[in-house]
Amino acid sequence: ACGPQLANSPTVIVMVGLPARGKTYISKKLTRYLNWIGVPTKVFNVGEYRREAVKHYSSYDFFRPDNEEAMKVRRQCALAALRDVKLYLTEEAGQIAVFDATNTTRERRGMILNFAKENGFKVFFIESVCNDPTVVASNVMEVKLSSPDYRDCNSTDAMEDFMKRINCYQASYQPLDPDDYDRELSLIKVIDVGRRFLVNRVQDHIQSRIVYYLMNIHVQPRTIYLCRHGESEFNLKGRIGGDSGLSNRGKKFAVALNKFVEEQNLKDLKVWTSQLKRTIQTAEALQLPYEQWKALNEIDAGVCEEMTYEEIREQHPEEFALRDQDKYYYRYPSGESYQDLVQRLEPVIMELERQENVLVICHQAVMRCLLAYFLDKSADEMPYLKCPLHTVLKLTPVAYGCRVESISLNIEAVNTHRERLEEAKKGPNPLMRRNSVTPLASPEPTKKPRINSFEEHVAVSSALPGCVPQEVPTQMPGQ
Amino acid sequence: SPARELTQNPLQKTWEPYNNGLPAGHSAQRGVCMTNCPTLIVMVGLPARGKTYISKKLTRYLNWIGVPTKEFNVGQYRRDLVKKYKSFEFFLPDNEEGLKIRKQCALAALNDVRQYLSEENGHVAVFDATNTTRERRETIYKFGEENGYKTFFVESVCVDPEVIAANIVQVKLGSPDYVDCSNDEATEDFMKRIECYKNSYETLDETLDKDLSYIKIMDVGRSYLVNRVMDHIQSRIVYYLMNIHVTPRSIYLCRHGESELNLKGRIGGDPGLSVRGKEFAKSLAQFINEQNIKDLKVWTSQMKRTIQTAEALGVPYEQWKVLNEIDAGVCEEMTYEEIQENYPLEFALRDQDKYRYRYPKGESYEDLVQRLEPVIMELERQENVLVICHQAVMRCLLAYFLDKPAEQLPYLKCPLHTVLKLTPVAYG
Repeated sequence: ACGPQLANSPTVIVMVGLPARGKTYISKKLTRYLNWIGVPTKVFNVGEYRREAVKHYSSYDFFRPDNEEAMKVRRQCALAALRDVKLYLTEEAGQIAVFDATNTTRERRGMILNFAKENGFKVFFIESVCNDPTVVASNVMEVKLSSPDYRDCNSTDAMEDFMKRINCYQASYQPLDPDDYDRELSLIKVIDVGRRFLVNRVQDHIQSRIVYYLMNIHVQPRTIYLCRHGESEFNLKGRIGGDSGLSNRGKKFAVALNKFVEEQNLKDLKVWTSQLKRTIQTAEALQLPYEQWKALNEIDAGVCEEMTYEEIREQHPEEFALRDQDKYYYRYPSGESYQDLVQRLEPVIMELERQENVLVICHQAVMRCLLAYFLDKSADEMPYLKCPLHTVLKLTPVAYGCRVESISLNIEAVNTHRERLEEAKKGPNPLMRRNSVTPLASPEPTKKPRINSFEEHVAVSSALPGCVPQEVPTQMPGQ
Repeated sequence: SPARELTQNPLQKTWEPYNNGLPAGHSAQRGVCMTNCPTLIVMVGLPARGKTYISKKLTRYLNWIGVPTKEFNVGQYRRDLVKKYKSFEFFLPDNEEGLKIRKQCALAALNDVRQYLSEENGHVAVFDATNTTRERRETIYKFGEENGYKTFFVESVCVDPEVIAANIVQVKLGSPDYVDCSNDEATEDFMKRIECYKNSYETLDETLDKDLSYIKIMDVGRSYLVNRVMDHIQSRIVYYLMNIHVTPRSIYLCRHGESELNLKGRIGGDPGLSVRGKEFAKSLAQFINEQNIKDLKVWTSQMKRTIQTAEALGVPYEQWKVLNEIDAGVCEEMTYEEIQENYPLEFALRDQDKYRYRYPKGESYEDLVQRLEPVIMELERQENVLVICHQAVMRCLLAYFLDKPAEQLPYLKCPLHTVLKLTPVAYG
């Protein structure tokens, strides 16, 4: 699979900014996006290295510029993180490393630039500048008070200490200066949470995509609702694809969805559907304006369109087996793969980032792809995410991630979920991976609580022969 | 109230609700950008800073992605009013007569903007003039507000004398204003013309203009300042402006070599090359060699026939699924005769509106444009590129470069075994 070379030399993204300016928020969100579009990316948060090194945080005194002992430790942590950056980019097939620290002095940034130069990495700076005290205070409340640093403090004490911590950096803060000192650097300065941007010397495609993404995200509270169309006539018959209308139960779901939406009492809800009849019929019951997106159409099953799984197994046994081998990469003959879906859904994700309250009425495979983006799931997990009919997933941004609530509207429907076959031999052709869109879950250097989501489902299983998928390599030298 | 019935539009195959047999409103097609209120783009900058270049290019891009856009060049209004240009003195800041005429032209252009956006279904108007004073910009902004338009400023700032001189050579010497002048005379006069604006030039300011939506482009794209992007279309405009460049380069477009299905008169499918197709691939390799192109990138679709063609070149190539030929749905691998026999209604519909016509379970040219947009964006970023693709795809790409409207696009001539070499020059 396809597309421009997303990156050639690895890139180090260097965050810059005082504490509580959203650096870690941006780091994590950007990493999630890049991994979803298939660019292996990892965050290296120097604060976490510091917490490893200095088991107990006592107070802001640690960050005082005249605290020599602490300065030594902090520098060592930065160097340790850079060592891991080098490992990730040179030996672990990483493409982008996000170096998440304050990096507020020219000296520190100079050190990083030298490091990158020695190793042949590109460097792209992302600075977050914000002087609005309301925003800073709100950030501190949202993510700092619950930090491990303050686990033994009450909120007031924690807030007070953190503000003193920020002060420690103010005197030595040298913002990026693209007009003069930093003229030659590639950078974006995000000012006042995205009101304003300064962009300098974008070097390549991936930096251009990063800039575009950063310019489209916002922090306004809002909710995204994902659901499938109501049960369709084809669902009832166990047939995949096609363009059938809603069954009676599907129509009931549409009515229930209307009630649900009303009860949510939202300001300005946008409703999006695909261009297939079943999602449009569902939206019609809402009596709200809706927009149809062809990009939200269900995965194209090509020659298998409108068949049942039994018919596919009978008429295309090899295809049937191949799909269970590697459901993410598998492309239906004359159809699409999940990998193709991710590419076609990228503009939907971008527009979702721009919007506020949105309800997306789509399809099983499509919903799995979108959900994988929001919940940071890898290509491996994506095709098996549970997205049952007649269930709404309510996604709310919170702290550094996304809270998900699963709401069943209690209308009976068939179960269209097929579990992963544990016995299927894994091991896709490594050639398939090159230059390909392979959503990865963002790697986590330290243990974090996982977001729990869905209910148990009945497993569907069948026996399979093993075979290795064939695929034309995407990049080949000529003869 | 009961759910409305849906009917499928026979041409575009889209589902629409209907009431009493007539299509009812309520849903919108997500073409690409749904603009709700019209947008007024206001260019800002001294002469020879690329304002018209940007206006025309942006207009071309927006129209191609389906956003009706038109540019209004105030200089053109001035040329229409003042039949003969004498000298830079027309632009002196104390030339009352000149100032009166120039203001008149600006107002005439704004009037046409209003007509286009409010009466002719235009979505975006690009107001191309220097607009270098805050006073002028306020007048325009008020005009926008009165009419319910969103205003977005695009300023081009450049102090590099080489760039300015190059711009003058590219587009000013050939201007109707200088038709009777030698190049030296024209250059001298134009430099004095620029001077007329300098004293009163008020660049978009971080504080004074903090509530306006704008992008400031510095040094031909070295850096950008973006302030208060309001909506989707402004975000797309910013993205586009940040990806274009002016480095000379060439884009080569061609189709795969003749395929086995071409020989049989069948459309679509995934056949290999015919014997003659393979010969074309070899000739293409030779042609490319002779062109002696620096750092040529080669792109193909994921269909066998383009890949086979690229293989003959002996250079690395990238496969793009979005470069695949238009999906003819149920008509895949048929001949036109078979389509006419088996689907006479479809056959007729296609000829009625070939751009919007979508094959049953397939695609339309309109769908193609949407899926090719990332290709165009990446082509803008790149330098020398050879795109080996397919007939309908090539027509779409060509329409973008040659500014052909939707009605003409499906009929552009893209024969097999022919390479189109595109080189940016002046405004086109």
